[in-house]
Amino acid sequence: MDGEIGDRDMDMSIQSTQTKPAAKPEAATAPKAAPKVVARDANVYYGEKHAIKNVSIEVADKSVTAFIGPSGCGKSTFLRCLNRMNDTIPGCRVTGSIAIDQQDIYDKSLDVVLLRARVGMVFQKPNPFPKSIYENVAYGPRIHGLTRNKAELDAVVEASLKRAGLWEEVNSRLHESGTALSGGQQQRLCIARAIAVSPEIILMDEPCSALDPIATAKIEELIDELTQNFCIIIVTHSMQQAARVSKRTAFFHLGVLVEEGDTNQIFTNPTDPKTQAYITGRFG
Amino acid sequence: MTAEAIPAGNAGPVANSRSLVEQGLKRRYAAEARFKAYGIGAIVIGLAFLVIVFASIMQRGYTSFVQSEFRLDVFLDKEVIDPSGTGDENDLLIADYPALIRDALVKALKLDPKSRTDTRLAGELLSTNADTAVRNFVLANRDQIGKTVPFWVLAHGNVDSVVKGAFDRSVPEARRKLKDKQLGWIDSAYASGLLAKRFNTGLFTFGASSQPESAGIGVALIGSLFMMLTVVLLAVPIGVAAALYLEEFAPKNRITDIIEVNINNLAAVPSIVFGILGLAVFINFMGLPRSASLVGGLVLALMTLPTIIIATRAAIAAVPPSIREAALGVGASKMQSITHHVLPLAVPGILTGTIIGLAKALGETAPLLMIGMVAFVVEYPRTPLDPATALPVQIYMWATAAERGFVERTSGATLILLAFLACMNILAVILRRRFERRW
Repeated sequence: MDGEIGDRDMDMSIQSTQTKPAAKPEAATAPKAAPKVVARDANVYYGEKHAIKNVSIEVADKSVTAFIGPSGCGKSTFLRCLNRMNDTIPGCRVTGSIAIDQQDIYDKSLDVVLLRARVGMVFQKPNPFPKSIYENVAYGPRIHGLTRNKAELDAVVEASLKRAGLWEEVNSRLHESGTALSGGQQQRLCIARAIAVSPEIILMDEPCSALDPIATAKIEELIDELTQNFCIIIVTHSMQQAARVSKRTAFFHLGVLVEEGDTNQIFTNPTDPKTQAYITGRFG
Repeated sequence: MTAEAIPAGNAGPVANSRSLVEQGLKRRYAAEARFKAYGIGAIVIGLAFLVIVFASIMQRGYTSFVQSEFRLDVFLDKEVIDPSGTGDENDLLIADYPALIRDALVKALKLDPKSRTDTRLAGELLSTNADTAVRNFVLANRDQIGKTVPFWVLAHGNVDSVVKGAFDRSVPEARRKLKDKQLGWIDSAYASGLLAKRFNTGLFTFGASSQPESAGIGVALIGSLFMMLTVVLLAVPIGVAAALYLEEFAPKNRITDIIEVNINNLAAVPSIVFGILGLAVFINFMGLPRSASLVGGLVLALMTLPTIIIATRAAIAAVPPSIREAALGVGASKMQSITHHVLPLAVPGILTGTIIGLAKALGETAPLLMIGMVAFVVEYPRTPLDPATALPVQIYMWATAAERGFVERTSGATLILLAFLACMNILAVILRRRFERRW
């Protein structure tokens, strides 16, 4: 996240600079390393409704990419395509190609359970299982058979909770219910649960929208640390948050990926007038 | 506070909104108070009816839990019981036990054994089934033959009525079932302790009988137990599986819509229709025996199935989708997310629905009438294929009998049935509390 520190204090007032006319198409500055996630002309339909229209994007590994946009713009829908969570919605149809490590995740040969073990997800509302803190974190490794014995499982649980920054707060009460924690702690527990299966990508769907500013700050700090090991894609309503945590930002509007680029550039010098209007708060 | 006291100058489109609101307030609070009063009134009326129903059943039925019995020292005369001296089981079975008991009673009442009238009148005080206890004792303890053994033997239903104060002595003797002489004996026997009211275990153990004092719900209890077992074993797994499939796996299309509507309709089908179905399918087509508790259980299982499916679907649908997403999100398969998370969270609702369905089945009479469970069954059913009755059917049969003893037994058995239902409902509440998890 080097080079991002200055952006943390970015205020909305900074965005008042005039935009240049849209000179370059989207994704002009592609990441140098091989992209982790590549979508080509992805379309999503909910029955008749065309929710995502021809989205093409590349997401770099070991970085944070933020999806921003007004409500109903399709950013969450697109995020949920990346671990095929949309499969559970009746009438949902995806066309085009979405590949992770060059492998099409909508290919018939791909196992969706395996995909979800590789692509973890953190949801908008903290949703710990109504079980103990330990069981919450141990659930993933257990169903996937990642550990051979109790000691290994204990170690995985401890490591996951430590990475999620929750260990200090809960190590004395691992066997109390996960639902008894505060909202911010619950969300970090959910992050620990996602980490525990050692995914490659973590999808976060507005992870802080139900949290207070202090809990939000902790989660953002955590995202910062996690980026060393994971590819993180975060959907957020808060442009400040996108500016603070992400390296690259994609702006969605009405199911269309309007603009994608360096967070710095998107927030200071967007190429598309719609992006400009959105980040300056003129709509959405 | 008056409207004048309010500073003027509201900015809204209505000039004096505050005073208008104040004017309406009184009316609004009055409406609320009225509504509360209606609610309380409805509850009071409901409770009053409940109390009346329970009081009348209790008042009529509590006497059935005691039964008049004579304490007699019966001489187990070897000449009568085992004249051949071989101990032949047949001899022991057909021996004239009533005579032995009658003689014991005559002796206890200090009557002249040579007076045939007195002996006959004394014999009328005994239940026609009084010999069962003595015969069973002899068959179990053959070494006691030839000795004098104390017994509590059942008094006749009429004697029971006298003891319980339900016998009308003002009726002229000629039209009474008991003569003055017999009433005198009963009074003195009751005073001396020869005749006493004892806890009526027979009510729970006896089978059907034409005499009220030897009629009980034993067979009905076993029949009902077999039926409940059949219902639990069949309706619960099938119902939960069907609900799980419909709620979690089935595609949402026209066919599943039709299935759903039909399940809801099935829950409203009159129970007697299930009885006709059972008669046609299980007895006429499949050839299962009549009056069997297995058939009753199958019919009740069919009847309970929609209730269980609807309750289970509601319980499953009430599990927040975020829990499913959480499980799927860490890579659980659909089946794992259901068995590990959805089902455990739905258990309280499923249990409640199941137990309420079972309670409904336990109290069901009409379909059992159709499959011939209105039967006079004396022997305990050993298997679900043996003829049996059920608790509510037994109540129905007793309700049609005129004897005082059957009237009190009708209410007594109703109390027992109600007690079972209350226990099941309490169990449902306890289980729901026990398994309920908050999230």
